Order: sequence, then structure tokens, then C-alpha cells
Amino acid sequence: MRDIAIVAYHQSRAVADAGACNEVEMIMPVLNEVYGQVGINNAQDVDFVCSGSCDYMQGAAFAFVAGVDALGAVPPIKESHVEMDAAWALYESILKIRMGSAESALIYGFGKSSPGELPIVLSQQLDPYYLAPQWIDTVSLAAMQARLLLEQGVITERDMAAVVSRSRRNARQNPNAQLAGDISVDDVLAEETYLSPLRRVDCCPVSDGAAAMIICTEDKAREWGVPYALIRGIDHRIETHHIGMRDLTDSASTRLAAERAGVGDGPVDVAELYAPFSHQELILARALGLGEQTDINPSGGVLAGNLMMASGLARVGEVFNRIVAGEAQRGVAHATSGPCLQHNLVTVVEKA
Amino acid sequence: MADQQDTITGIDVPVYLKYNFTAGAGPARFLSQVKNGKLTGQRCPRCQQVYIPPRGSCAACGVATEEELVLPDKATVQSFTIVSIPIPNNPIKPPYIIANLVLDGANISFIHLMSECVNEDVRIGQRVQAVWKPEEEWDYSMDNIRYFKPLDEPDVPVAQIGKLPVSGWEGMSDA
Amino acid sequence: MPESEILNQAFELGYTYTRSTGPVVGRFLTGLRDRKIVGIRASDGRVVVPPMEYDPDTAAELSEFVDVSSEGEIVSWAWVKHPREAHPSTEPFAWAMIRLDGADVPMVHWVQAGDESDLHTGARVRARWADETVGFITDIAGFELV
Repeated sequence: MRDIAIVAYHQSRAVADAGACNEVEMIMPVLNEVYGQVGINNAQDVDFVCSGSCDYMQGAAFAFVAGVDALGAVPPIKESHVEMDAAWALYESILKIRMGSAESALIYGFGKSSPGELPIVLSQQLDPYYLAPQWIDTVSLAAMQARLLLEQGVITERDMAAVVSRSRRNARQNPNAQLAGDISVDDVLAEETYLSPLRRVDCCPVSDGAAAMIICTEDKAREWGVPYALIRGIDHRIETHHIGMRDLTDSASTRLAAERAGVGDGPVDVAELYAPFSHQELILARALGLGEQTDINPSGGVLAGNLMMASGLARVGEVFNRIVAGEAQRGVAHATSGPCLQHNLVTVVEKA
Repeated sequence: MADQQDTITGIDVPVYLKYNFTAGAGPARFLSQVKNGKLTGQRCPRCQQVYIPPRGSCAACGVATEEELVLPDKATVQSFTIVSIPIPNNPIKPPYIIANLVLDGANISFIHLMSECVNEDVRIGQRVQAVWKPEEEWDYSMDNIRYFKPLDEPDVPVAQIGKLPVSGWEGMSDA
Repeated sequence: MPESEILNQAFELGYTYTRSTGPVVGRFLTGLRDRKIVGIRASDGRVVVPPMEYDPDTAAELSEFVDVSSEGEIVSWAWVKHPREAHPSTEPFAWAMIRLDGADVPMVHWVQAGDESDLHTGARVRARWADETVGFITDIAGFELV
């Protein structure tokens, strides 16, 4: 199977409220950045475009179609969309290239969550008979998961606080972060609970923004003459929608996806994990078999800013950035979707 | 819902979600000027097409439309339909005309109502002009224009629709 | 280019969905209407509440319904200090995973309690039935401590 190269990546700054910017206006500057990185004009210069977004975020029907106005789709382009995080748009694009239907692909994800009440909007992605009509929000579901871990002695509140503290500290080096700063483990533990046992700082913020990436065959990457990293493996797995049937203290789907993506085939220098809640980073690190030698979420992860529907792609982009900067040889990116890490995608990226 | 003895086979599951919609930056500039009775188009820096109402980008080129120009309130009928069903909660009685109109100086049509016309005489290429609400009723809305009414000007040939200069049909004839 | 004003408009989006329940979900909801809770036996013998149509491990079609108690114990919970508008209670309450007696896996519902300190994992709770039951998940108007 031929390897696929990542040649460009950019994301907008995660902000609590993008103000007057509509989806097109959020996407265009990010696309212009990735076009600039490989020296192309617009989406006409790639073979395939795939995006990830969810119209329920901003409550605008066909917002994903409005997003196409950012592409320059005249004459018509080959375009597709997933109502998911753009990490799954990356997955579709990889398949497209592996099938031989394209040499290059542009992937972008965007989310404007500020117009709605995100945890309540997300409640409507749950099972529509037993859960969605109760309007149980995603933060509450995560809080119940955290309590299981704490009371079973799998993790401690101090472990969770350490995740938060490291995220904020790492985010100080990330110009796109929404939340950054110095907050010690004891500072975190001194905060009152928000949705017990979770503290507010255990939960990712709600952010507006977009991210974009260009991938291609290795031949095309050489033709463009830009630095690139290689995608060596990618796999995604999903668990049942019945929360009670899942072992919420583990992530069986991440474990399996990691195995299939080949995470264990070499050392992992860097890992970017889509953990919207601090305890979930601990679950993921275990499921991925990451140890001391791995730098986890050097960007601060999504606790520092969560571009809903783009954060998964952003994790891959962050790993790509570390590798082309020479800071890492091999990295793992993780994306998630659904309540309590229901659906997980794992990507292995290596130095070319 | 079923009777007491029946097995449940279906349920009503209404979903109501509250949002605070924000107009995009490009649309907001347009709407702010509509409030003052001005129709402002935005031009693509690459292909020079003028969009009204603008959405923030030239969809053909994928670039921001930042240059603005004020357009007249005269337009040409690009297409239309005669509607025989009422609009819910709207005083307009059927049959009425909904038309795709292109303002002079613009290259893209928008949808609005036509009135003060004989429905059967409405035709593609017909010249029309906006009939505005009283100024005190103006808001951030294309509804500031009540409807468009026919103008006593010669029709625009189909090939010329959407290509008139800001000076309109007469400007075209002079050229 | 002039600065853009930020123009906002609050609105409510409504999706007036109706859904077919099928025989399994329909059986559970019919039970609720009659103030009973029914589960289903999974391939490995576990009793699953609310019932699923297919076993998530084996994909086998499930059909053996099992009556369970409307009382059980809290497996995990989250204390909601500041209920959201869409939530089932205007007073602070808990979301909980509740394993009903006779069931092997917990179901998600909410628990009324005066204070966070009144609750603990393992606490016994009982379903409160709505004044009028119609065959909907909210026929259980939350659980209360026994």
C-alpha cells in the first residue's frame, strides 16, 4: 500500500466567539494558508476535497454547503463532506488516493459552536429513544465516566489535575490556544467542582474556528518540493450506543484502532490526543500504550481550545508540524466522536 | 400516542434548539447599508463579478469580496414564477409573482416579489424598480423593499441579463 | 472596507420528528406506559435495560424480554449544580447510571436529591412515575432515593 504524505496544515486561532465571521469567512483564511504552503491557487489545483462539519453546531441548515463557497468550485470540483470531525474527512481522502482516484486532496473542518448551547446540541446525537429525549448533555456523561475511574481507583483527581496543568503550560507555546497559563496541580484541586466530579478546568472550552490540511502521494509531494511527513497507518473503530454496555474506564475502540494502525510498531515521540475532558487523556494514553518516552499533547490538546469538527484533524496537523520541524520522528494522532470516547480514530505519522 | 391497551409503535420526539445567529462580516456590511436604503454589492477581486446580497466570498473563485459599490434599485427579471398558494402569515394574496432579479451593475440574481404588474405580462428581460417601505420602517432586511414594479423601459435581451453596468440599460444603449 | 457590525438574531430551530419504535423499543415504552420496566437478554445472558434490538458483541437479534424492578442502585453519577434549560429539573439534581434489580447493565436517567452529599455510588433508588404515562422515556419522572 502506498504511503500518503501530509504537505500542508494550518488552523485558525481557537476563540470563544468568532463574532461576525460566517463559515466561509472562517474557512477562507485557513485555506489560503495551506495553498500558500504548497504554492497552489485554490481547490482547483487538488484532485479531491473533503470537509467535516456539523450544521447543528450553528443551527444553520446546509452551512456545510455554504462552506463550499470558500473553495472556488467553478468549474465544478470533486467534493465530499462528512457530518463528523474532519479527521474522518482525512480518512475518506486517504481512501480516495489509495484507490487511485486522486493524487492530492484538500481536507478542512470548521465549527462555529458559539451560536448554540454545544453540550445540549450534542445531546441530540445520542440514541433518539432513550437518551436524546432526556436532554442529557455531553459534560454530564463525561462526569459519570470520570467518577467510575476515580471510584474504581484507576486514576486520582491529582492525575486529572496534572493533565490540566500540563495542558495549560504547553498551550503557552501554542499561538492558537484559547486557554493557556500557569496553573499548578494544587491550584486545579483547589477549584470547586462544576459538574461533580469534574471541575470546569477538566472540560475543554467551546471554541469557534477551522483547520485545513493538504495530503498527496509521495510523488506529488516531491513535485511540489515541500517538506512532508508520511501517514503510515490509520484506523477507526466505534463502540455501542448503549452507554451501560460499554466499559467506560477503558477505550476498547482506541485500543483496537491503535493496533490496526500500527502504533506499537515503533517508538512514539509525540502524541496528540483528542481528549475533551482531562480523565479521557488518561484513558487514551493507556489504550494507546503510551509511556514516559512520549510527549503527550505538546500543543495543549483540546483542553486548550476545541474546534468542534476540526479538532481531530488538528491533532494530525499538530503531529505533522512536530515532525517537519524535526522535533519528532514518529507520532500518533487520535480523534474522537460521540459521548465518552465512543468512536475513535488513530493515525500514525512518520518522518519521510 | 396509542390507546391504553395498544402496543406503542411510534413516538413524537420534537427537538427544539435555541441559537443566536450571527450574520457573516460580509453580509453584515451589506445589511447595515440596506438599513439606510442603500443596496451595496461586493466585487470579486479576481473575476470582477459583483454579488448582491454578498455572502463573504466569490463562490466561483473562493476569495473574499471586499470592494463595495452602491448599486441602483433598478433590476432585470432573470426568471419568475406565478405562485398560487398563500405564504403563511403573509398578507400577500395569491396569485403573486416571485422573481429572480439582477440589479443593474450586479452579476448574480436574488429572489424578491413583483407587484403593480399584470401577472400574465411578466416576462424574462423585463425591467423593474424597487418600491420601498417608508424610511421609518427600514431595518437590516431586504424586506425594506416591499416589491419590485415594472419600469417603462425596453426589455433586456437574454444574453445581456446580468451584464448591465451600474448605469443600467440606458447606459448600455448609450455605449 | 468598513468595519462590520456584529448583527445577531436569536432564533429557535424546531425539528418535529416522529419515530417508529419497532418491536423492542416499543415493548419497553409500552411497559413504561403501564409503569413497568422491561429489559432484554443479551447473547451472554446479561439482562440489558433499556433493551437493545441487537447484541453489540455478537450482532445477534435479541428477543427474550425480562421484567426488571423499578428499584436499583447507582453505579455512577454526576451532580448538576446548575441545571440547563433543557434539563428535566430546575433544581440541582444528578444524572446517574442506575442498575435496576434484575438487570446486569445500568441505564441512564436522573435522580432527584436535595443535596450532593445525599448521594453516593451504591445508593438505592426507585423510579418515580409521571402523573400521566404515555409510553415515553420521561414516563419515569426521575428516580428518588429509597
